[in-house]
Amino acid sequence: MISNLINRKIFTLLKVQYSNMLEYRVEIALWAISGIIPFFMLNIWTNNNLNESLNISDTLLSRYFLCAFFVRQFSVVWVVFSFEEDSLMGKVSPYLIQPLNPFFRYFAQHLAEQITRFPFALIIAFFFFIFNPESIWIPNLGILLLSIVSTFLSFLIQFLIQSIVACLCFWTEKASSIERLLFIPTLFLSGLLAPVVSFPAYVKSWIYLTPFPYLIDFPANLLSGNETNISGGLIMQILWIFILFPLFKKIWSEGTKKYTAMGS
Amino acid sequence: MNLRKYLKVYKKFLHTSLASELEYKANILVDLITAILSLVGSIFLLSIFFQNSGYIGGWKFEQALIIQAIYTILNGITNTWFNPNLTEIVKHIREGTLDFVLLKPIDSQFFISLKKINPSGFLEIMLGFLLLFFCIRINQINLNLSFLTLSLITISCSICILYSLWFFISTTTIWFVKTWNAIEVLRSFLYIGRFPLSSFSFSLRIFFSVFIPIAFITTIPSEVFLGLSVFWKILLEIIVATIFLINSRKFWIFALKFYSSASS
Repeated sequence: MISNLINRKIFTLLKVQYSNMLEYRVEIALWAISGIIPFFMLNIWTNNNLNESLNISDTLLSRYFLCAFFVRQFSVVWVVFSFEEDSLMGKVSPYLIQPLNPFFRYFAQHLAEQITRFPFALIIAFFFFIFNPESIWIPNLGILLLSIVSTFLSFLIQFLIQSIVACLCFWTEKASSIERLLFIPTLFLSGLLAPVVSFPAYVKSWIYLTPFPYLIDFPANLLSGNETNISGGLIMQILWIFILFPLFKKIWSEGTKKYTAMGS
Repeated sequence: MNLRKYLKVYKKFLHTSLASELEYKANILVDLITAILSLVGSIFLLSIFFQNSGYIGGWKFEQALIIQAIYTILNGITNTWFNPNLTEIVKHIREGTLDFVLLKPIDSQFFISLKKINPSGFLEIMLGFLLLFFCIRINQINLNLSFLTLSLITISCSICILYSLWFFISTTTIWFVKTWNAIEVLRSFLYIGRFPLSSFSFSLRIFFSVFIPIAFITTIPSEVFLGLSVFWKILLEIIVATIFLINSRKFWIFALKFYSSASS
């Protein structure tokens, strides 16, 4: 009965958000285009033969960056910006009265956006293959499923981190600047701009203990068929979710107690 | 159009926007850390590229640092002036408040381009200059008058091109209403300004010098610093900057003809 209710709620939320997202197709297409930085990086790598010392062939490297692009497309999170706006505008108050955690709403919004984004990402990949026909490959079904799972886990980790930051809105009003700060290590350490194997040893020694390489590098390696520790990566992803989720619940319950609607 | 009036108005702009931004003091600290981390991150990325090869596109590491420095300065300028003001255009048009701007007895482009200021961008500009002075020392560049004038000219041209690009995209809001994401696309393209143009493949080089002149923005001023620049390149940059500036003005006046206020 209860699970049925939750299912229905989530289904309705998804449907509403999906039709909402479909209205802004151009916007989402542009957003998909803005994620092409990995391709520029690939261009620098192959054009200067930087990958020779890493023992990664051009083909594998281009697959890696294509996969990094895909993983990034399906793990983009902006919950803190939505929540900050809603909180400043006082829209959070009506959400709080509803018998549903408002973060479910944002969660559905993100999922719906990913579904809308999917065709655009495919088109960009299609163009990528036209320019790099030698990098076409078909991952086997098991690997494909595993990488979809790990991309989703990466999305969950980022969603939880940002939700924790978003909850800081209850205290500071401008939480998005903290998010911009956290985005910097995510950008440089996650493997979006350079695969983690290429990092110098003094970084590699500690980076695998942080959540960053599991955000993009691990799922991208998995999908592109580069060498990676599959079980270890998945375990670390799940571990980070188990660490972050209670933290989010705690800060949420503290924050809602502290909440005073805008203007009071 | 008298200059003294505009200077006086600009002083008022500075005063009001500084007063409102300084309300969030903790924010400025967070932004400072973000700017430092972002510079450290991009130098880290650059060092990965140079890990196994002495030259990237014919540039040494010390020389490529100059590009980073100039990029940081220009990015600081973008964050101080262009970003806060030109994203505001979107808001003006969505909410119909552009009416009030147009009614004021002052040039509308002046008003919407300079109304706001974000002081945390200053920190980035300072960081950029620090790195630039460091680069001047390690590259043993001797400063003389002609060199200083040339670098000043090329950097001001870069600023003009950058401003025009931002202003072009923001102006299209009049037709498309939501252009946040077009700005994101521009941001991601500008990202390649961190690297020497010659490190990209031929087709990308053409794209980034003909269609979106990002090549001019950082590479030419850096070449001036290194004494590698050729006269025709500087002349070309001046011409491109003039064309962009004039056209951004024309485009704004043209676009205003299509402005039909909100809900009409």
